[in-house]
Amino acid sequence: MKVLVPVKRVIDFNVAVRVKADRTGVELANVKMSINPFDEIAVEEAVRLKEKGKVSEVVAVSIGPQAAQETLRTALAMGADRGILVKHDAELEPLAVAKILRAVVAEEQPGLVILGKQAIDDDCNQVGQMLAALLSWPQGTFAAKLELESDTATVTREVDGGLQTVALKLPAIVTTDLRLNEPRYASLPNIMKARKKPIAEKTVADYGVDPAPRLKVLQVNEPEKRRAGARVRSAGELVGKLRERGVI
Amino acid sequence: MPALVLAEHTNTALDEATAKTVAAAVQISRPVHVLVAGSNCQAAVQQAAKLSGVEKVLLCDNPLYTNFLAEPVADLVLSLAPAYDAILAPATANGKNTLPRVAAKLDVPQISEILSVESPDIFRRPIYAGNAVQTIEAKGFKKIITVRVAAFTAVARDGNAQIETIPPAADPALSRFVGENLSRSERPELTGAKIIISGGRGLQSKDNFLLIERIADKLGAAVGASRAAVDAGFVPNDRQVGQTGKIVAPELYIAVGISGAIQHLAGMKDSKIIVAINKDENAPIFGVADYGLVGDLFEALPEFEKALDAR
Repeated sequence: MKVLVPVKRVIDFNVAVRVKADRTGVELANVKMSINPFDEIAVEEAVRLKEKGKVSEVVAVSIGPQAAQETLRTALAMGADRGILVKHDAELEPLAVAKILRAVVAEEQPGLVILGKQAIDDDCNQVGQMLAALLSWPQGTFAAKLELESDTATVTREVDGGLQTVALKLPAIVTTDLRLNEPRYASLPNIMKARKKPIAEKTVADYGVDPAPRLKVLQVNEPEKRRAGARVRSAGELVGKLRERGVI
Repeated sequence: MPALVLAEHTNTALDEATAKTVAAAVQISRPVHVLVAGSNCQAAVQQAAKLSGVEKVLLCDNPLYTNFLAEPVADLVLSLAPAYDAILAPATANGKNTLPRVAAKLDVPQISEILSVESPDIFRRPIYAGNAVQTIEAKGFKKIITVRVAAFTAVARDGNAQIETIPPAADPALSRFVGENLSRSERPELTGAKIIISGGRGLQSKDNFLLIERIADKLGAAVGASRAAVDAGFVPNDRQVGQTGKIVAPELYIAVGISGAIQHLAGMKDSKIIVAINKDENAPIFGVADYGLVGDLFEALPEFEKALDAR
């Protein structure tokens, strides 16, 4: 079985994001970019399945600018076998991403697609579910545990009250949550090896998907800044203040 | 055309998230209908019918919907979609799981986790874990929206909606519920709680979290934690508040022994009132706290508990 893992290039987790002065977006120039952390977990899970002999090939796909090739190299260094770069310089909405991925799935015929539950830039949390819908496949979102059999994926999901386990008929979509695994650090030999792994280059037009956004971003602003309030001298005084505010 | 709200419920009770989602829906399109899909969910339906601003409650009571699996619920919502201008769900695990399927099948974008309705076509939503806020316009197509429930005030319960029973959609037979392991805790969920009390590395041990839990029980609060406390094994991961954990915005957030790393602040800084208890007076958490208590938490927490008892 083949596994497809979509990976997104996003502002690094540790970078403090700054809103552009003209309020059109956030500052991306000269900012450290990395693989979306949830996607890194997806790559790790796919590679582990391959190491266990449950899958035969791990294909990573990234949709983005030429520089997204680095993101694919990260996935390849972790153990993915080959990459597909779908070049597109502007932002894409999740539905367009899902449509491109549907076309990639049609071409590659994976038995499983593992995606991050959301990208930490737009925080949409949509692509996996949308892809599942477009393909009429089942989905196991927010996965904390994944067990793969020949015709079923059993997924333990992080839900609001705890954990829920579902059995999915393959082919299926799984989206990762934080607890699924702890991604490895790529070793230097594997990073070197990754440079020789193939990356196919495509464009959005190759897949016949209209990339035009349908939502209009009017403005991007800083969140309202909180100001430090008052210091209290004792827990008793604190309780008094909270009672005055009517919250306890 | 009306708006449809997909109810969050447990079959036996309606979740507060539904009343908050209705509050968003009435600002977008009226009248508002609520869909309660479940099994043996009469109690939830009765509660939904009382929500102010709701004209009709659609009841689909079928074993297919017992566990709210995304595939069958999305198909049911799709069967109703033509009659609605806007379809909303709370941004709960169920809402987030289900609604993008609906949007994709309708070939329209989804607007995730709205913070406010500026006009029926314009919404604010957080990006970068709330470090920036987008204002977006959605015009010319059906609106599919999830609602960050902490950003809305629940509608009143003075309504009297009619209840209409609807048939189930076909079973897509793609997935099967195997089981669940829900926290036995009687405490509220982090994402829906009005009050959250969270502990950090300063608690020093799993046992010391008892100090927090006792106060949580007195306040009817949920218990959260910083990533440091989770990584140290004091509490399970599902309690983590922060950029990569749960993002919360309760009425009151009490941070105990939490320094306030940027990743933690990203998960709680939209709380209405923030309280910080920390022995380091330079801890960044004090920069966002409405009330700060500099001191030893092992003295402050028992004192806090005692003050709660004294009325």
